Amino acid sequence: MLPVTGSGAPPVAGPAMLSVSGLGKSFPGVRALDGVDFTARAGEVHALIGENGAGKSTLIKVLTGVYKAGEGEVRYDGSAVRFATPLQAQHAGISTIYQEVNLVPLMSVARNLFLGREPRGRLGLIDFRRMHREAQEALRGLGVRVDVRRPLRELGVGAQQMVALARAVSVDARVVIMDEPTSSLEPREVATLFGVIRMLRGRGIAVIYVSHRLDELYEVCDTVTVLRDGKAVHTGPIAELDRLRLVALMLGREIGDVREEGLTKFSGNHDTEAQPVLEATGLTVRHQLDGVSLTIRPGEVVGLGGLLGSGRSETAKAIAGALPPDSGRVVIAGVPVRTGSTPAAIRAGVSLLPEDRKAEGIVPGLSVRENIALAALPGLSRFGLVDEARIDRVVDTFMKRLRIKASGPHQKVGELSGGNQQKVLLARWLAMNPKVLLLDEPTRGIDVGAKAEVQKLIDELADDGLGVLLISSDMEELIEGSDRVVVLKDGAVVEELTGDAVTEDRLMRAIAAAPAAQATTPATSGGDDD
Amino acid sequence: MTVDTESPVRPMNTVTEDEPLGATRSERLSALAQQHGALVTLVIAVLAAWLSFDTFMTTDNMQNMAVSSAFLAVVALGMTFVIVTGGIDLSVGSLFALGGVLAAWGSQYGTAVALLLPLGVCALIGFVNGLLIARSRLAPFIVTLAALLGARGILLAVTDEGSKTYLVDKGSFFATLGQGKLLGIGAPVWITVGLFVAGAVVLRRSRFGQYVYAVGGNEDAAALMGVPVARTKTAVYTLSGLCAGLAGALNAAWLASGVTILGSGMELEAISAVVIGGTLLSGGFGFLSGSLVGVLLLKVIQNVINQIGSLDSAYQQVVSGGFLAVVVVAQTWLGRRRRVL
Repeated sequence: MLPVTGSGAPPVAGPAMLSVSGLGKSFPGVRALDGVDFTARAGEVHALIGENGAGKSTLIKVLTGVYKAGEGEVRYDGSAVRFATPLQAQHAGISTIYQEVNLVPLMSVARNLFLGREPRGRLGLIDFRRMHREAQEALRGLGVRVDVRRPLRELGVGAQQMVALARAVSVDARVVIMDEPTSSLEPREVATLFGVIRMLRGRGIAVIYVSHRLDELYEVCDTVTVLRDGKAVHTGPIAELDRLRLVALMLGREIGDVREEGLTKFSGNHDTEAQPVLEATGLTVRHQLDGVSLTIRPGEVVGLGGLLGSGRSETAKAIAGALPPDSGRVVIAGVPVRTGSTPAAIRAGVSLLPEDRKAEGIVPGLSVRENIALAALPGLSRFGLVDEARIDRVVDTFMKRLRIKASGPHQKVGELSGGNQQKVLLARWLAMNPKVLLLDEPTRGIDVGAKAEVQKLIDELADDGLGVLLISSDMEELIEGSDRVVVLKDGAVVEELTGDAVTEDRLMRAIAAAPAAQATTPATSGGDDD
Repeated sequence: MTVDTESPVRPMNTVTEDEPLGATRSERLSALAQQHGALVTLVIAVLAAWLSFDTFMTTDNMQNMAVSSAFLAVVALGMTFVIVTGGIDLSVGSLFALGGVLAAWGSQYGTAVALLLPLGVCALIGFVNGLLIARSRLAPFIVTLAALLGARGILLAVTDEGSKTYLVDKGSFFATLGQGKLLGIGAPVWITVGLFVAGAVVLRRSRFGQYVYAVGGNEDAAALMGVPVARTKTAVYTLSGLCAGLAGALNAAWLASGVTILGSGMELEAISAVVIGGTLLSGGFGFLSGSLVGVLLLKVIQNVINQIGSLDSAYQQVVSGGFLAVVVVAQTWLGRRRRVL
């Protein structure tokens, strides 16, 4: 596998099949797409990449008729179109394979494959014999050998994904959109998928390929469009774009950019010689993490670097017991912790501040006081009764210490700003007296002022002797905030940067690095749906 | 990252990802039990009743049971389609009664009116149910509960608050549909058998049938695969209303009158029969033959309790309820073993 030479056959740029120009789409409070131009040509595999919130999924949804375009125009096969439903887009010849398998698990493989276009015989009744034979043939062509009469759910996820693929290509599609199709595939299946993609390209079909795995992009794609903050920042042949440049475009950084110090509120080094407070060894979760090991010493901030889908959130979740690992150990302050159990992790002193505040943390209808006391409640009550005075003391302490701006402890958390909500969550976990704090995107979506405050707090907490794991898509935050940065790629640790090596340049190089020669297996991580 | 499938340590949290191609033996056994458990129970119940009561296996008793099963079976037929889409239809008991009264009233104008009027009205109510559920995305439970109450209201209006009973002329062709016999078997039974054969062909062998399973199995996926979800849902509620109306009309022909007090609680009986027959209440899995077996099983139990004589007929419901609870527990257990729930 030669990473940079791309696809072998030179891209034959056919006529534009599906394109958008000046596409804009807004949601309340968010400008998801802003004047995007994008063209998928016949006989071309077009990679669509971008980090979180770049607008990839919105663009795909507009192309497939799930969303309507706000502004701009969608053109399909030469004429302007407006798909009202996914069904219309499908009938027009746009087939989509979704990351999550979207089939009916209780129905047979063949019925799934042919749903809505079953071969029919006399009286309009379905000709099952023919359907089974054709399903068997279609799947055999993709290297899947199963009894097509069995329910789909009896297949592994990879095989189910192949059924979805067979379905997508067996309709007369002219555009095939693949949204992270490899996230649950085994290497052998990935190879089959790439074979199918090349076959589609040969037939003059336009393929739009969304993936976070750079190796895959370079292996199978001809053209790449990079989205960032709702804009298309680059379009061109992928072979002409080296990996480092690609990563820089996604992250919105310039290579060799001279970074100004002090953009963030981090003070810097907390290097200590103490015994690690957290030792995670060989954390492995199928399709998500591959033997991730890291240590954190008290008073140290360790950053987790990597692209979307590299396994950052999964690592934090595996340590906190929220994602049961298939193998691997977690040791807190010298004591092994039972993995896969959140209560055990919390008891051992691990606190996870999850990425999605709204869904996984805050209870907006409850007061600041109740939100802070929620997790610590068992420790604050006696004989099942809540000790009100102690809660008041704890809440008061943290509201002062974290400088939570609220009218009082009884204000509803839903009424606070994002930054203060984040502080309330932080207070909740600090009330548990943790030894290790795992922060997943602690400053995302909060305003600049609050961001600086949270960053300062993280520093203070480390100074107080906490071990902190910091996950951030904000490069400055990660680099200035961390004493060390562990770089993840496709679910595995690829590099660890320490001291002076913690620079943007080094970080991007680590992320962009081509796989080592012996690592010929295509990446199988993913599932980081953040 | 490759996962060695020969590794003795199997990943624990990847049940769905790590399944072998093809079901395990215990899964297949569970599937068999789920599909044929009701039939086995029916055979045992019939044998037990036969051995215990001389009056059970008599021609009269059999004929009575068959005919009274027929009406519930027709209602359960429509209900099976609804439940396979993951829905529920509580209006069928009221529609059954309404269908009976409309048929009896219409029979004075001839057989065509006696059939078309109840079928049309009940299908229309079912259609409206379907529209509200599919297009306005209201909960089937509430929509059909409203229809249950509404149809009762229409019924009371038609019959002057139940004081008026319309009779069917015993000599008419319409009455023959209820009371006639062919080869010693009642006409409603023949009609029911015919409907089940047709229904089974539609459910298993037509494209519409595939849509019904797909909508119940995974509605979002079905929509993405191009299944007309709303149309399919509307159709099954219309069908359910139609079946309830037809069952009511046949019942009126059999009784030679439209009895207003019939049909209350019938929706629950029909749902019980369908679930006992192996159809998943959560949708996506089920079959008509099972519903037929479920109906027969309920009727045999009722009949046995009547045979005992010393038992109050109220106990019928206790036994039916207890039986349903056992079936649902067993189904859930079997379903978990098959990992479909």
